[in-house]
Amino acid sequence: MAHTDGVADGTEDSGRASLIYDPKVRGVFFQAILIIVVAYLVYSGISNAAGNLARAGIASGFDFFGERAGFEIGQTLVHYTNDSTYFRAFLVGLLNTLMVSALGILFATIIGFIVGLARLSRNYLIRKLATVYVETLRNIPLLLQLLFWYKAVLAVLPNPRETGLEQGTTVLWTLNNRGLYIPRLIPEAGASAILVAAIIAIALWVVIGMWAGKRQMRTGQQFPTFLTGLAILVGLPLLTFFLTGMPFDVEFSALQGFNMSGGTVIRPEFIALLLGLSLYTASFIAEIVRAGILAVAKGQTEAAYALGLSPNHTSRLVIIPQAMRVIIPPLTSQYLNLTKNSSLAVAIGYPDLVAVFGGTVLNQTGQAVEVITITMLVYLTISLLTSAFMNWFNSRVALVER
Amino acid sequence: MKYSFLSAVAGVAVAAGLGATAASAATLDDVKAKGFVQCGVSTGLAGFSAPDDAGDWKGIDVDLCRGVAAAIFDDASAVKYSPLSAKERFTALQSGEIDILSRNTTWTMSRDTELGLNFAGVNYYDGQGFMVRKSLGVNSALQLSGASVCVQTGTTTELNLTDYFKANNMTYNPVVFEKLEEVNAAYDSNRCDVYTTDQSGLYAIRLGLSAPDDHVVLPEVISKEPLGPVVRQGDDQWFSIVKWVHFAMINAEELGVTSENVDEMMDSENPNIMRLLGKEGTFGEAVGLENDWAYQVIKNVGNYGEVFEANVGESTPLGIARGLNALWTNGGLQYAPPVR
Repeated sequence: MAHTDGVADGTEDSGRASLIYDPKVRGVFFQAILIIVVAYLVYSGISNAAGNLARAGIASGFDFFGERAGFEIGQTLVHYTNDSTYFRAFLVGLLNTLMVSALGILFATIIGFIVGLARLSRNYLIRKLATVYVETLRNIPLLLQLLFWYKAVLAVLPNPRETGLEQGTTVLWTLNNRGLYIPRLIPEAGASAILVAAIIAIALWVVIGMWAGKRQMRTGQQFPTFLTGLAILVGLPLLTFFLTGMPFDVEFSALQGFNMSGGTVIRPEFIALLLGLSLYTASFIAEIVRAGILAVAKGQTEAAYALGLSPNHTSRLVIIPQAMRVIIPPLTSQYLNLTKNSSLAVAIGYPDLVAVFGGTVLNQTGQAVEVITITMLVYLTISLLTSAFMNWFNSRVALVER
Repeated sequence: MKYSFLSAVAGVAVAAGLGATAASAATLDDVKAKGFVQCGVSTGLAGFSAPDDAGDWKGIDVDLCRGVAAAIFDDASAVKYSPLSAKERFTALQSGEIDILSRNTTWTMSRDTELGLNFAGVNYYDGQGFMVRKSLGVNSALQLSGASVCVQTGTTTELNLTDYFKANNMTYNPVVFEKLEEVNAAYDSNRCDVYTTDQSGLYAIRLGLSAPDDHVVLPEVISKEPLGPVVRQGDDQWFSIVKWVHFAMINAEELGVTSENVDEMMDSENPNIMRLLGKEGTFGEAVGLENDWAYQVIKNVGNYGEVFEANVGESTPLGIARGLNALWTNGGLQYAPPVR
């Protein structure tokens, strides 16, 4: 070997080795060969599949996206009828997946943090209850939990006709085995002003926060940013609401024939899925939170007390920021798990992406390769975006070495 | 880094290699080589394809597969069953996992032309219907507006349902499941007001509910559902075998040949029967089978009428009348081209 450890061997010019022995050139060469081989294999794989599909007489391509779907979907966040296209159906499924994932992540995080802190509580009962919660929920398969919520809890609710409601009489809310019925707000002209007001309020909150931070650095005086911000966030849209003359119409639900009609309905499939995903993932998040807090050395707490910080300030300013560095990476995995687990929806009839697009659309069009590829790409994209966001957040709270 | 790269290459190579083995032509040779027919059936629909209490598959769809096995191997039990959901069935057939799909599958144009499949006949003429609780007091499907409807995904049922409600200016809320058992459980627990699928299926499912007598199948039939066996496109010999096993069973009923009397019928002087049972001509050899192929089908499985009566007929719990499935000579639609 002419070169070791990349250190020049002293003999200048005279012993200049051939390019073959240059580790850098060799590395590039082998990587290039590998890329060509991989590219060829991918290409031949795709053309092989396409060739086989054509030979077997199976239609392929993405033209089906523009065709009429012709079926109904139980829960739609965007306007959808049976006359909509397959692409619209895809969109409905995607939004249903995103909604249950986003809400699941929100609730799982809240419950997880509470239970995680409860496991460290000094109160015996709270601590043990939290332990029982974690050990029960994280040790039962999620699919069973979903079936439990759907079949054992929600399916035994009474039928709407058995809840004692009178035909045609409106109610504020009602819960039956067709779902939770709540009033629906129908926006009228001017309603968008309230949304604008809310956005302005959030912007104001941020500005006040920045101003308060600077002032504190300069003068040491604190400003109640949170309370002020909350007051603005509630007050400004509320003021707009009254100024624009309450531009909402409220629609209540009522028993009509077989079913409730009117109002907003939250279907039992959705409730079961959200409950199952949130409670299951929360049990893992609770352990992650507990681990994160325990990872902060006890000396940190003692030092904070020695400096005269209150217990509240100690946890908010000393413990939690350091614990977050330990918590966030595994938390990201849990968020990804929750999103992917939402595809178990197919077992309890929630119309998510897999059920609507990978199920019904696949079967109506018969184009398995395209549909499954798109479904996989969608999950990959959602996961990568979640990861990217969490990595960004992680770098915000990571230890900055000065 | 390099290792993960290499293993990725290996993965792609394996995937490409698998793709190359798909779509082989001579199904009959493959079946003979492995010694059994791989038959795609439902996950359990009484009368059509469902395991009995001894674990043996029974039903008219099952008997078609048994007939094919009898024609090839002289042994109706040389069949292995793959229970498939509605969603899985076509992919299983396209990929070569099964040889015949005999799973109450509706013959439609798009399935026949776009999926690379061929329908080999109609072994049951069905139509989509509705089942409701008697307590609803409904006696026509036209009174169902606003109802929650339980339906299985991946079926023509989902589309017919939409069309019917749309044509009659009615609304409904679909509750869609992938597996038949899940739809049954949801309907049984009153999650839905209405259950819709093919009428034959409704009768079968009604028997499995906790209180069958509380439910009624509405009279409306909202679609044509010709159910039949399916094979892959591109293998005409196999297509012919499946088609003619079905026709042989219908012809046998028409000619009065049953599993009981088929041995006596071997001495028949009727040229139609002689051709069917292989006493005259070489019809079996033309599709790669023995000349007594139809004899074996009838001897081991029975004619169409026997199969119908044994699985779904008046004497069974399903109690379905022949109706459209009677022979053409009796005013029904079952009609087979002659063996000639």
